[in-house]
Amino acid sequence: MATQTLPPPRVRKQSAGEILGKIGFWLLIIAIIVYTIFPFYWAIVTSFTPSGALFNTPVEYFPSEPTLVNYQQVFKSSNFAYALRNSVIVSFFTVLLSLLFGAFAAYALGRLRFRGKTIALYTILSMTMFPQIAVLGALYEMVRNPCKIFFGAECFGASLYNTWWALILTYLTFSLPFTVWVLTTFFRSMPGELEEAAQVDGATPMQTFWMVLLPLALPGLVTTGLLTFIAAWNEFLFALTFTINEKAVTAPVALTQFGGASQFELPWGTIMAASVIVTVPLVILVLVFQRLILAGLTAGAVKG
Amino acid sequence: MSQRATQTVRSQPAKVRVSNAPQGAYARGRERLGWWLMVPTMLVVILIALYPLLNTFYMSFTNARLGRAEYDFVGLRNYARLLRDDVFGISIVNTLQLAFFAVILETVLGMIIALVINSNFRGRGLMRTAMLIPWAIPTVVSAQMWKWMFNDVYGVINDLLVTRLGILDTKVAWIADPNLSLWSMIAIDVWKTTPFMALLLLAGLQVIPGDIYEAATVDGASRWQQFWTMTLPMVRPALVVALIFRTLDSLRIFDLPFVMKGTSLDTITMAVYNRQKMIDLQRLGEGAAISVVIFFILLIFVISYVRLVGIEER
Repeated sequence: MATQTLPPPRVRKQSAGEILGKIGFWLLIIAIIVYTIFPFYWAIVTSFTPSGALFNTPVEYFPSEPTLVNYQQVFKSSNFAYALRNSVIVSFFTVLLSLLFGAFAAYALGRLRFRGKTIALYTILSMTMFPQIAVLGALYEMVRNPCKIFFGAECFGASLYNTWWALILTYLTFSLPFTVWVLTTFFRSMPGELEEAAQVDGATPMQTFWMVLLPLALPGLVTTGLLTFIAAWNEFLFALTFTINEKAVTAPVALTQFGGASQFELPWGTIMAASVIVTVPLVILVLVFQRLILAGLTAGAVKG
Repeated sequence: MSQRATQTVRSQPAKVRVSNAPQGAYARGRERLGWWLMVPTMLVVILIALYPLLNTFYMSFTNARLGRAEYDFVGLRNYARLLRDDVFGISIVNTLQLAFFAVILETVLGMIIALVINSNFRGRGLMRTAMLIPWAIPTVVSAQMWKWMFNDVYGVINDLLVTRLGILDTKVAWIADPNLSLWSMIAIDVWKTTPFMALLLLAGLQVIPGDIYEAATVDGASRWQQFWTMTLPMVRPALVVALIFRTLDSLRIFDLPFVMKGTSLDTITMAVYNRQKMIDLQRLGEGAAISVVIFFILLIFVISYVRLVGIEER
């Protein structure tokens, strides 16, 4: 490398203004990156700082004695491990149900002709518009007495309150319309010749769906699955309202329940360690699947 | 939005053949299959969205309490009460203030960031990845992170502004001060959602062909003129969609104010007050009336945005 002759022939000298502009541009880039990343960096630094050093001024910008005590504390002093388990299960089944139901509906809406299709499409689309809070009270009553809407009475004290199912089912209110919407555009963009070829080969419409179209929709399924997972993992309002203890409480709710000796002595080191634990799976997903996630985010918005 | 989507379907030549053949066993089989495939989704939509929504409307005319079976019709009493409810008024003002300033700041910052990423430089892929991190972080986590950064005594913001840079003379109680907490909340929301805005706008920018800028430069148009007369009009569809998404999201914001200050009047939003009434105070009827009002406020925003776009597109 060092032996190579370096300076390539300059066409012309850059003016002072151009150089200043370039420096300004790079400063802007650095400022944007610091602005977006710094809070997360700060959470990580705090999570590795012993609690004694946290309450020192001036503030340390890098832990002088990094420690894992806060992470041990997260799992020792609270039900956070249970909350993580609940979050994983709830998010997983929300994704599974949304993809299953969503792929069915999207195939019908994107490729099949049937009466009532437009109404169905508009109903599903309008679901993405209304606020979660508008159904909170009614859903709470349903979660408490799921039999009531079918039989008008409570049945044997059956209740979904404080269960995984309360969250999985109610999360479908936001995950399913999104999944249907994105997957419908996906199925629509597939060439019609595929189905015709399958028909000629004697496949039923359902066989065509399972064996020809669904495999082709795989990138769309992965994208919507990822976005649904992230949305379910981050959900707070329903989890706060429909669960009460370690049996079903999810990680974001548990994150708000770390208490200190008093209201003014919050264990910030522990809270930040828990925050990092909740966020790291998402950051990994985002880094690994960033192309698919970007495509899904913009497909949901720009194409809609 | 959906109108445009259905139009594209009709214009696809491949669809025509399918749609012209409702006769024949195969086509009838496809129609029946279509209905069957819709069953799970429609069940979910009806049971956990439409029914609860209608139920909320119905309950708003009753004095229903959470967990109590009996209730009476009270007509418009819940709504009349809301008119005189100071806390509800405060929550509306807070929410509108947050929505207005947050959405404007996000749009301007998002546009700047999108323009920066859209220009050619080494490491733009890395920057786009960095943008995804605030978006992916749960709102609860970002609220906790910023609460700690905003801590009046040990927080890093005061340390930077007072101790290191000397911009402020004394440490500020960003969260505790009733005059500041709403602005702090706006700052957190802007941090969390600007990247999303930037990515949506970036998708819109990338559709614009590069050579029109060369032509404009040859014609002597300045960068600033190019932005206002070319970039902005061409990115408008993406911008409007992003604005609708963000306005709706900020009008129904719950997580951030709730984690920041609970039900404190300094930051209470419509959704936080709604939940407090309905779940904490168990006044289902009054809470339902609040839900209905929120629903209509959102509807007004959606309709006015859509009209704004619809009229100009004709």
